[in-house]
Amino acid sequence: MNRLALRRRLVNSVMLSLTGVCTAVTISVLFVILGCLIYNGAHSLNWNFFTKLPLPPGQEGGGLANAIVGSIEIVGMAGLIGIPIGFLAGVYLAEYEDKRFAALVRYVADLLNGVPSIVVGILAWTLVVLPMRTQSGLAGSIALSVMLIPIVTRQTEQFLREVPLALREAALALGASKWKMIATVAVPAGSKGILTGMILGMARIAGESAPLLFTALNNQYWGGLREPTASLPVMIYKLAIAPYEDWNRQAWAAGLVLITLVLMANIAARLILARGVSVPRG
Amino acid sequence: MATATAAVKAVKAPSPTGDIVARWVVLVFAASLLAIAVLLVYELFIGSAPAREKLGLWGFLFSSKWNPVTEDFGALPFVYGTVVTSVVALLISVPFGLGAAIFLSELAPAGVSNALTFVIELLAAIPSVIYGLLAIFTLVPLMRLYIEPFLKHTLGFLPLFQGPAYGVGFLTAGLVLAIMTVPFIISVSRESLLAVPRDQREAALALGATKWETTWQIVVPYAKLGILGSVFLGLARALGETMAVTMVIGNDPSVHASLLAPGYSIAAVIANEFSEASGKLHPAALVELGLVLFGLTMAINGFARLMIAATTSKGSRRP
Repeated sequence: MNRLALRRRLVNSVMLSLTGVCTAVTISVLFVILGCLIYNGAHSLNWNFFTKLPLPPGQEGGGLANAIVGSIEIVGMAGLIGIPIGFLAGVYLAEYEDKRFAALVRYVADLLNGVPSIVVGILAWTLVVLPMRTQSGLAGSIALSVMLIPIVTRQTEQFLREVPLALREAALALGASKWKMIATVAVPAGSKGILTGMILGMARIAGESAPLLFTALNNQYWGGLREPTASLPVMIYKLAIAPYEDWNRQAWAAGLVLITLVLMANIAARLILARGVSVPRG
Repeated sequence: MATATAAVKAVKAPSPTGDIVARWVVLVFAASLLAIAVLLVYELFIGSAPAREKLGLWGFLFSSKWNPVTEDFGALPFVYGTVVTSVVALLISVPFGLGAAIFLSELAPAGVSNALTFVIELLAAIPSVIYGLLAIFTLVPLMRLYIEPFLKHTLGFLPLFQGPAYGVGFLTAGLVLAIMTVPFIISVSRESLLAVPRDQREAALALGATKWETTWQIVVPYAKLGILGSVFLGLARALGETMAVTMVIGNDPSVHASLLAPGYSIAAVIANEFSEASGKLHPAALVELGLVLFGLTMAINGFARLMIAATTSKGSRRP
């Protein structure tokens, strides 16, 4: 065998193995992250963590109950605002094809999807915090809903488009009006995918801290939608950069809780989709 | 016969009012997305007005002094930090991401490829504050004790790797950003590679090219627009990333040539100073930084989407 052929073979196997190495390294990052969180965080998870308020550094037995409840409030409210808006906008994009306007909305939705989350925080600050004269859970919810809307819009559109045209035509041929066809045929047929999009969107905003930093702020006590409220991601940040070792331990535990929730939501979304579309494809 | 006609007549034609109402309702909600976008740009302009009037855009961008107490506001250290960390991130994440995308699209069997891609999507779903948490407690000590001394020892003749090893700084922030952008680069690049028609591969293989030659000289160039698009998408994400960078960049508003030195980024300074900013000029200067960041990411995002759209519609999917 001549040397050129040998070299080509060598390059081939070396480079192809390198691509495998790249993949292995990337995948292993996920397991390193999970391993670190479990190793450092699991032993701080106890009943107090889920039921007690934070304590000053040095005192044992504090928890992050307020941050957990605060996150649920803020994210829940963001969902109540963002999901209907995003869903209906998605229905418009998929079902009513006014070419120019739909293309514009689609483009803007992608654009909003790419807005840095900290800039969204500035928007909510000027819109809600300034008029209310205080940081509040509501301001945080509005910031998060601005991030949620474009995600839900694009997902709803995408999965409605996967519903076969024949189903729509059948409904219309039976005399259903267009909105009835959308409400009783198209949306139920795409419901699994749409639901997946909503779950993924909620999981995404549940982990956001940058837009909450100066809108929901933080709170050592129970907050609410009308006053500064603690949330898990902001709490993790504050506890992690604090110079107290017991706070840092709490940060690890909170990180473990947050990542468990986010990964579970992602896996659940995947399982819902894996069961297939709600109707056989035509 | 008569009854049938009566029955047909009894079925009312669907009333158009419901349709008209429904159409307007969804139209209004769709338009609300435009309203949000317009509001965002408007508020950024209004909020930054005091700073833009006082400092001007260029004076703001090219002044490197930042001191809220003396009301000196220069954006240069932050723009510099944002760009340097993002470039470092891409230098690491592009080769890795492209390598993994090639493996997933060209080598791995479809089942394995899909499973691994799901794991990589999970990586993209991890909140950035968790990346920051891990970086503070594991990566920073590692950088300070091992990697940075090693770099100084071997590459210390370059101005890039001089000065004390703090652990925090441009290099660490860039590394964290690299880890965070890799999943995006992989999933978009993989899509573009899968969109390359099968004949292209078969033709090259039939001419005697090795698998790697086929991939590198035929498939990758064919998908290059989409891959470039994925790189820009990663870049836009890196530029706007806040929490992880804030936690490891060192938060020092000055321009250093060395990657080991602490720095600052646009998103990080907004995160740190916005809630305590007082007076007129300080919040306005921060909003103007937000405007700069917004403009930068929007331009890059738009560019990326154009390129991705150009490739994925061109080819046909691998069967």
